[in-house]
Amino acid sequence: MSGVFQSAAMAPLEDRGGAAQPLLIARDLVRHFKVKGVGLGEEAAVRAVDGVSFSLFKGETLGVVGESGCGKSTLARLVMHLIQLGSGELIFDGEGVGAPDGVSVDDLRRQVQMVFQDSASSLNPRMPIRDSVAFGPYVHGKSKEESRRIAREMLGRVGLNPDLFGPRYPHELSGGQKQRVNIARALAISPRMVILDEAVSALDKSVEAQVLNLLRELRRSFNLTYLFISHDLNVVQYISDRVLVMYLGQVVELGPVDDIFSRPLHPYTRALLGSRSSMDPANRIEEPPITGDPPSPIDPPSGCRFRTRCPHAEAVCELTMPRLGQWLNRDSHVAACHMHEPGSGHTLAVGNA
Amino acid sequence: MTQAVATSIDTSWEADPAPAAKTRTYWQSVLIRIFRDKATLIFGTVVLAIVLLAIFAPLIAPFDPYKESIIGRLKPFGWRGHPLGTDELGRDMLSRLIYGARSSLLMGMVPVLVATLVGGTLGVIGGFAGKRVNTAIMRTMDVFYAFPSVLLAVAISGAMGGGMMNGMIALSMVFTPALCRIAETATAQVRSLDFIEAARATGARPLTIIRHHVLGNVLGPVFIYASSLVSVSILLASGLSFLGLGVKPPEPDWGLMLSTLRQSLYVNPIICAMPGAAIFVTSICFNLVSDGIRSAMDVRQ
Repeated sequence: MSGVFQSAAMAPLEDRGGAAQPLLIARDLVRHFKVKGVGLGEEAAVRAVDGVSFSLFKGETLGVVGESGCGKSTLARLVMHLIQLGSGELIFDGEGVGAPDGVSVDDLRRQVQMVFQDSASSLNPRMPIRDSVAFGPYVHGKSKEESRRIAREMLGRVGLNPDLFGPRYPHELSGGQKQRVNIARALAISPRMVILDEAVSALDKSVEAQVLNLLRELRRSFNLTYLFISHDLNVVQYISDRVLVMYLGQVVELGPVDDIFSRPLHPYTRALLGSRSSMDPANRIEEPPITGDPPSPIDPPSGCRFRTRCPHAEAVCELTMPRLGQWLNRDSHVAACHMHEPGSGHTLAVGNA
Repeated sequence: MTQAVATSIDTSWEADPAPAAKTRTYWQSVLIRIFRDKATLIFGTVVLAIVLLAIFAPLIAPFDPYKESIIGRLKPFGWRGHPLGTDELGRDMLSRLIYGARSSLLMGMVPVLVATLVGGTLGVIGGFAGKRVNTAIMRTMDVFYAFPSVLLAVAISGAMGGGMMNGMIALSMVFTPALCRIAETATAQVRSLDFIEAARATGARPLTIIRHHVLGNVLGPVFIYASSLVSVSILLASGLSFLGLGVKPPEPDWGLMLSTLRQSLYVNPIICAMPGAAIFVTSICFNLVSDGIRSAMDVRQ
């Protein structure tokens, strides 16, 4: 590569808050979905996301794990403002999203992009893929030619020859290639943050590895911050710097990836890690550490939501909801569990003599 | 600035910025596919011929379509130079068929076009907006649905009075709800797909999304249904004419001719069948051509 390589890409918006300012702070995000048909005239709410708080530091990858239906995808769509926030606030690079003196939703969407799980339905079947990639820059005021140039470059950056693949339609591509196109499309308007919602979950293992490596490489070269949502613990362990564990719409544990995987605090995290299949025949799983389906998010258990499946559940768990400890920086490792809250009343609580 | 960072990915094509092959636009490739499809080409030629006949009727028709003859009624093919014989009033059948193409094509196509524009627009708006807007539009359409289409057409043109213009308005109103529903269903289907979410996430406005991502996926089903309505429209129009609400005698119109010749069915059945044959050929050609265009528009080929 020569040094005179001229990039056609849009310039990413500048860093405003400085390196120490988290790129995204989520405070008490809540989103309930109304459901009908519980009873005549009754209305209930699915508590999809129920008071989620976290910060996303610049340049890191925050992995979000949890069972199906725990609110991971809802969280992604809330951050992207694809669905309305019930309550809570989002602060992007120090400025409130949608606040009068903050950053508008449009500006947010210029800086945050998303890659969806279903690579097939996330591309317009009647559009050549280069037009799908060029659509973003076009919407943001680039001319058709410029948008095409950006699309060419982005396709190249994700490892697809633009001359060969550009004029093709999505159905002519494999799943891995389609997901590369989706990544190119997300990067085409030079965002600072990318939400990857189960982005590699539908791919087979060898392609998954390629795409994961591509994502790592792109993160470095475009200076990106990832919110990486997955149910696959191995993938999250591989790509994340920090991990957020969700259960029934709430954060149960948050911490650096190595801490979470080597010494998980929350019983749910332990159960999740215990459920991974082992490659070591001597270390085979004898019985499932966690059984049954999670309780209904329409009517979650009182107190700690995990208590119905928790081996350490006590009276206090039914009475009060454990709070997630205060996190200060990237190295904080906190869990929402009475056992890790001194003086909570749990017999196994830390600090109890 | 962080772009322009070398990656391990092969970027050798950067040296050649001129993409030579395969830079056809979507519509170019559609045209190419149509030209490869023999059947569509042939039936398209027939449709074109009918349209040309209608436009240049005065130049092509061998006789005056209104000139009656008391002795030359219901004569067979070739009688005294009348290639397709004469009708029940002794008028030249071929000339009347050629002139009749005018009103039949107009009555067949204009209402469908108007209904496609109005119904399609309402359907796409309803399907994309969802919720209350959709309910308002679709329930209004359902009111029209409640009546049988012939009855509705008769009622509307009856209320507004006869004539071709009112007939076309009535037929447009008959077809609008059906096309609206087709467009609404197709739009609602597309709207739930991730690429619409992705486009929204890019910051695109609803109109931009509709123009770039929705219309292309909705046009196909709407188009195929609309083209199948052309023949229905010709038939309904002839029904209106028969009741004295559409084209008025002695104007040549296929539907009207069919109904007036009805009484002579036992005298000269071949002559009586001619307008029906014209309607049949025209509508089947329209259907086959639209089918060909639809499959040419489908990129999965």
